[in-house]
Amino acid sequence: MSALNIKKGSSSHSAYDLRDPHSQVVETHTLAVLVDNEAGVLARVIGLFSGRGYNIESLTVAEVDHKGHRSRITVVTRGTPSVIEQIKAQLGRLVPVHEVHDLTVDGPSVERELGLLKVVASGDKRIESLRLAEIFRASVVDSTLESFVFEITGTPDKIDAFADLMRPLGLAEVARTGVAALSRGFA
Amino acid sequence: MMSRTMTGAKMVVQALKDQGVEVVFGYPGGAVLPIYDEIFQQNEIRHILVRHEQGAVHMAEGYARSTGKPGVVLVTSGPGATNAVTGLTDALLDSIPLVVLSGQVPTFMIGTDGFQEADTIGITRPCTKHNWLVKDTDKLADTIHQAFHVATSGRPGPVLIDIPKDVQFATGTYIQAREARTAHYQPKVKGDLDAITRLVELIETAERPVFYTGGGVINSGVGASQLLRELVDATGFPITSTLMGLGAYPASGKSWLGMLGMHGLYEANLAMHGCDLMINIGARFDDRITGRIADFSPRSKKAHIDIDPSSINKVIPVDIPIVGDVGHVLEDLLKVWKARGRKVNKDGLARWWTQIEEWKARKCLTYKPSDTAIKPQYALERLEALTRGRDRYITTEVGQHQMWAAQFLHFDAPNRWMTSGGLGTMGYGLPASIGVQIAHPDALVINVAGEASWLMNMQEMGTAMQFRAPVKQFILNNERLGMVRQWQQLLHGERYSHSWSESLPDFVKLAEAFGCKGIRCEDPAKLDDAIQEMLDYDGPVIFDCLVERHENCFPMIPSGKPHNEMLLGDASTEGAIQAGGAVLV
Ligand SMILES: Cc1ncc(C[n+]2csc(CCOP(=O)(O)OP(=O)(O)O)c2C)c(N)n1
Ligand SMILES: [Mg+2]
Repeated sequence: MSALNIKKGSSSHSAYDLRDPHSQVVETHTLAVLVDNEAGVLARVIGLFSGRGYNIESLTVAEVDHKGHRSRITVVTRGTPSVIEQIKAQLGRLVPVHEVHDLTVDGPSVERELGLLKVVASGDKRIESLRLAEIFRASVVDSTLESFVFEITGTPDKIDAFADLMRPLGLAEVARTGVAALSRGFA
Repeated sequence: MMSRTMTGAKMVVQALKDQGVEVVFGYPGGAVLPIYDEIFQQNEIRHILVRHEQGAVHMAEGYARSTGKPGVVLVTSGPGATNAVTGLTDALLDSIPLVVLSGQVPTFMIGTDGFQEADTIGITRPCTKHNWLVKDTDKLADTIHQAFHVATSGRPGPVLIDIPKDVQFATGTYIQAREARTAHYQPKVKGDLDAITRLVELIETAERPVFYTGGGVINSGVGASQLLRELVDATGFPITSTLMGLGAYPASGKSWLGMLGMHGLYEANLAMHGCDLMINIGARFDDRITGRIADFSPRSKKAHIDIDPSSINKVIPVDIPIVGDVGHVLEDLLKVWKARGRKVNKDGLARWWTQIEEWKARKCLTYKPSDTAIKPQYALERLEALTRGRDRYITTEVGQHQMWAAQFLHFDAPNRWMTSGGLGTMGYGLPASIGVQIAHPDALVINVAGEASWLMNMQEMGTAMQFRAPVKQFILNNERLGMVRQWQQLLHGERYSHSWSESLPDFVKLAEAFGCKGIRCEDPAKLDDAIQEMLDYDGPVIFDCLVERHENCFPMIPSGKPHNEMLLGDASTEGAIQAGGAVLV
């Protein structure tokens, strides 16, 4: 569901209260949306974004409370401050939505994404890809004599950077999960 | 003690009864036959057989808007459900509570392109407040009760429940409304007291205040309209309303400015433009209201009371947002204002009213009278005069006649005016009038129609006849898609592309064909008698009122213009809409 090149700055903590609500500056926000895990809930959220012309940069969803049938949707979106406020209000209006958190303004948060990258290479390029993987703490989860599959976890930026480096070395395929995010501390 | 085990079909009828439903508007088909079988075997719920499912939904809307209760619709799968889509969208945009039940192919056939299978949930997701596919009979009663809760709580709206046929046949356990799951959806109704107090402070000092009210006041219930009247009369502030809110404050009230917006009154729009305090109560800054955003009421502080947080700051940024139910907020507002000594800025207000009286003196609704042709405005003035004092319900179609009706008919009570505001659905008025009449069998119900709109759902005259709904169809027949023609005149160099009503039926003969009464009038001198004949007739009437064909509806704020650049009746219309405005709808 995630776009390959996730834009930079998705976890910047802007001083929200100081922002001009009528500003035309486009910001990137990470929203955590807690929903009932019922049929069609994802279609509702996606339909809201497409129907009202909002952006989705990345979207992940999984049930996080099996007993309570709650899922957590993490959406990275872009817009002016007033558009971001509209997105939150519109999400909050959906009947199966319980909570909407703007992790970009609610305080510090951590964001992680997992990427799987297949690099097809031999000789020096193969060795170089392994060396770089070590620096990025990516691990090898599959290998043949001509290829590796690396697993890397980190911010979208880190995965972008790793993919950029792998490209000239023989990057053949990329799969990314999209962003999962939580606020820091116990707030 | 009622047995709690029953078939899904029986559950549907039981749940409707437990929800207090008296009438269902519907149309049968294969996928809802078990439910129709249950309807056949009982007498508590009345079923109104429509002629087209769109008609059923508009009838339910008319029923809901005139009673404040949710309207209920029953349709079959596939084409039954897709025919309901326009009505659902209409109800969503105008915040009308509806519960629509649709049949679906059996669960084991879903996804196989079965006969009359459509992805009803997918199709109606964007045009309902919420929808459910029920795959398990044990969940059916719970879902129906939830559906009523969701449709009527918070900002009301249409909901749909899709019920596969095997779920209707299977047995399951019925649960009562109070056992249903509703806790997860409880919109906030009380407004923030600090914000309310800040608004009261502004009310105390404002020199040029105006109340700008909308359909939210009506939706909040009769009590909210009462509180609004108390607040307006106690403060002496002028009040205007959107198309959706007419009747919440009486048109005969002394602070009434008339409707605002694209075809609103001069004094109402100029008051909005020139005010220093705008108090929006249950309206949503729709583009028909604001005109050009950049010039919208440039010097005012704005407060906005709305139950839907997404309405606030969506179009116009406001200074004091108050999220809550209009009735609750007005109650608190009045309490705080009274406790602080009922203060207003008397001198400022007096000057403001002097200014408003000047604007009123412009008499913006003036039109050129005629002895030879019936002016549409005149027809409505006469209709108003001849029905004054009667408990009268008005529905409309969409077009010039709709705007003239809003300008020339006066509403002194809420729930008496049913018109398609947000979606502007031609074909709404006739079925809506039937829905209103079903809810109020003894009342006078009139659909003010345009000939083109009326044809869109005229099959419903059959429903009116069958169920003895004596609705009066007052058709202002200009043989034109009048509103389209007006825009072509103003915007497209008088090139009248396809805005004629060609090959119209003979409406009098049409009435006879349906078995009701037809009246035609084209002479202004005979109009009163003809209207009286319509009012006196005990049964449905189709009134073909042939009116001046090229009359334009004024005042008009051309798209993309601010409030203070209104066109009045005697203005030149040349170049009235410029390129920038032309792209707007
Ligand atoms: C279903 C639908 N189709 C098209 C339109 C666009 N439209 C708005 S007003 C209008 C003309 C309506 O003509 P009529 O009902 O005769 O009313 P008049 O304006 O002449 O009073 C049209 C075509 C609409 N509002 N609804
Ligand atoms: Mg017409």
